[in-house]
Amino acid sequence: MGRKLQIDIMRYNPLDENSVPHMQSFFLEEYPSMTLFVALTQLRETQDPSLQFDFCCRAGICGSCGMVINGRPSLACSTQTRDLPAHITLHPLPIFKLIGDLSVDTGTWFRSVGTRLETWIHSNAEFDENAIEERMEDGLAKEIFELDRCIECGCCVAACGTARMREDFLGATSINRMARFHLDPRDNRTAEDFYEVIGNDQGVFGCMGLLACEDVCPKELPLQDQLGIMRRMLAFQSVKNIVPAFLRDKMTCGHDKCGHK
Amino acid sequence: MRIFETDLLCMGAGLAGERVAVEAAEAGFNVICLSLVPPKRSHSSAAMGGMQAALGNSAMSQGDSPDVHFTDTVKGSDWGCDQEVARLFADTAPIAMREMAHMGVPWSRVVPGVHTYYKGGKPFEAEELAEKDGLIHSRAFGGTAKWRTCYTSDGTGHSVLFTLDNKLLQLGVDVHDRMQAEMLIHDGENCTGAVCRCLRTGELVIYRARVTLIATGGYGRIYSATTNALICDGGGQITALETGCVPLGNMEAVQFHPTGSVPTDILLTEGCRGDGGTLLDVNEYRFMPDYEPEKAELASRDVVARRMTEHMRKGLGVKSPYGDHLWLDIRHLGEKHITTNLREVYDISTKFLGVNPVHQLVPVRPTHHYSMGGVRINKDGAAYGLRGLFSAGEAACWDMHGFNRLGGNSLAETVVAGRIIGKKVVEYLQGTDSIFHTVHAKDAVKQVQERISAIANARNGKENCYELRSILHQTMMENVGIFRNGKDLQSGVDTLQELLARSENIGLQGHNKGFTPELSLALRMRGMIKLGICTAYGALMRTESRGAHAREDYPERNDEKWLNRTLATWKEGDSLPTLSYEEATPWYEIPPGERGYGGGKTIAADIPEDKIRPFGA
Repeated sequence: MGRKLQIDIMRYNPLDENSVPHMQSFFLEEYPSMTLFVALTQLRETQDPSLQFDFCCRAGICGSCGMVINGRPSLACSTQTRDLPAHITLHPLPIFKLIGDLSVDTGTWFRSVGTRLETWIHSNAEFDENAIEERMEDGLAKEIFELDRCIECGCCVAACGTARMREDFLGATSINRMARFHLDPRDNRTAEDFYEVIGNDQGVFGCMGLLACEDVCPKELPLQDQLGIMRRMLAFQSVKNIVPAFLRDKMTCGHDKCGHK
Repeated sequence: MRIFETDLLCMGAGLAGERVAVEAAEAGFNVICLSLVPPKRSHSSAAMGGMQAALGNSAMSQGDSPDVHFTDTVKGSDWGCDQEVARLFADTAPIAMREMAHMGVPWSRVVPGVHTYYKGGKPFEAEELAEKDGLIHSRAFGGTAKWRTCYTSDGTGHSVLFTLDNKLLQLGVDVHDRMQAEMLIHDGENCTGAVCRCLRTGELVIYRARVTLIATGGYGRIYSATTNALICDGGGQITALETGCVPLGNMEAVQFHPTGSVPTDILLTEGCRGDGGTLLDVNEYRFMPDYEPEKAELASRDVVARRMTEHMRKGLGVKSPYGDHLWLDIRHLGEKHITTNLREVYDISTKFLGVNPVHQLVPVRPTHHYSMGGVRINKDGAAYGLRGLFSAGEAACWDMHGFNRLGGNSLAETVVAGRIIGKKVVEYLQGTDSIFHTVHAKDAVKQVQERISAIANARNGKENCYELRSILHQTMMENVGIFRNGKDLQSGVDTLQELLARSENIGLQGHNKGFTPELSLALRMRGMIKLGICTAYGALMRTESRGAHAREDYPERNDEKWLNRTLATWKEGDSLPTLSYEEATPWYEIPPGERGYGGGKTIAADIPEDKIRPFGA
């Protein structure tokens, strides 16, 4: 026999003027290998069909189901109930616009940030379908892929102390995204270009260094390193015209794109 | 009511939809993409393994060419595919991969020197050439003569999808996420858009479009044990079927993947076996070479899935509370390989199964995975039956996969077909003009509104949509699974027909102001049952075994009678689809023959001389 789980869920439907945010308790019997995906689906199908939450791949790959689980942002689908106490509390991710109950609008947030930061390869090169591909070191491809693994679940933003105080803070996910393009030789943006978009309080200089982002990242991305790399590169960018030459040479290897090494 | 007007409406913003969207947007057309979820969460993102393209850069792909790729694809399809389309695909795939590299995909690259690889659990050495340094690498997948699958570690779908979605951001393409298409707007001849339901607010929205593209992926969620994401509910195929004039092709061609995990059904990539993983039974004995001496674990998926089932039926499966399963063994690949090239596999095993694949065996069994069938289109991507309607990717039956698709060919299809069909959509947009009659949109809205109101107010009854779905699931698993026979298929069709009647009486159990999640499924249920009937009925009528369609009562491949494609249309008010058949392929570069794996007998056909073309000409 499994444990009896008590799952307290924040309920609120912004489209219903009579709805007020409140916690509602549900009770459920646990069984082996139960995840929060299984538990919540069962609650909706057998106890309350109005319950709102988002799941898609249910395999920890797509990033749909970020929520605050016992006070900590995480993916619900890859959370096993056996790793939690019998009393579980679920809240929607903060920062993002609430759609209803545990469902939040990460899509709009990430799209607007992506547009603002221009998160695509900036290149004037035309594709030539008769040519072989540009060569790339496998090590570099792997480094780029490592940062490309972000699934935009929003957990790092929800856990971010700076984002809680500063609505326009771009969060670790965005800095990581820019680090990915900074690494990529196909992107011809310079340090000045990156400085323009994240060399400010909304970007690398706003971070207070609490680093909950890396603690909660379900993909275990090196968010702290990327912040350090980008901040160092952009800090240098901001002072490179005022520091003496001997210092400048020490701070850089002279290559515009080498902030990361 | 909000009304949008656009040149191209992409229903679905996974790889196929986005690749078509890129083509149209770059040609200067206005594009709106609809998606059930934010587009980067589309199920394409879950495809780990890779994309097949005959680039021939790696040591183990020397001598590869589109000709060899084409041959593997035709054999894989068990001669069910359209050879003109398969040829077009194989020839275009290398260009499409390089183009994705150009857009920003961090493909894994060739590192020169001697490397240790694994085949069938045994190590061997191969030398990567210095002249290929830094070109796109490839790994082994099942049913292929060469190592041809391009990949980015084990996040191929993810990284290609992010690259394409970023491209859409650059091109300023509007993406309307959390939007569910409920009905196509058409007059029986032209398709002019869709009526959609907003999954934020519940409101209906009209999209008027000169071209509508169905790129909504597969319909795996009619099965209970499927690797597919929750959103793969066949929404696109349903809207096409319910027009009454657009046929679905080869719905009975359903793929089971050999390595779904137990008990979660989450996919473990074919890359596991491609990189040298093996399958073991209850005695930890490697059984596949006994059945398939040459290809062993890397025969085509239909064959491996059947052999596994056969082996478990002999009582050699591992007993578990979740039913019998077998073991996947990748321990010999070592920690470094598993935690980099197979990292998702490592994550899924440790997080969901509580198993560490570096030291332990992973429980697997064949699990529903892929829909070869779908909206029947011609080689240009245009749907049969309605002008202005196109389809691409898994949602479509293009048909390069026939009765079994090879691993790595579907993910490749998304960007290859997206490229080809995108260009054809652009030609269509450049060459035609459209007239939007408001009456057809109004009619469609009225029908959707009436259905919603009947369901929401439980006017026809209070059937529970979750209960109906579980009967659908059970019927599909038990009656329309890996091995099929006439008796079970007939009883499956009977059950589903009863279920279809009951689906008219669905009523909501609860109700929200604004968006009601239960309503999303309630609206889909009728269509999902129809897709189930198309699959079961098509399988019942096809009295042969071909590729993934394995009839115990008709074990031979019958080229004399069944070298064809099933087309299913659904007339309003009917309780069964109307089936018709068309020739599988306009001509043969490779006349029907032996696959070289899987065994089985063939009843040969006489192929007329004028249908045979010289190979590779």
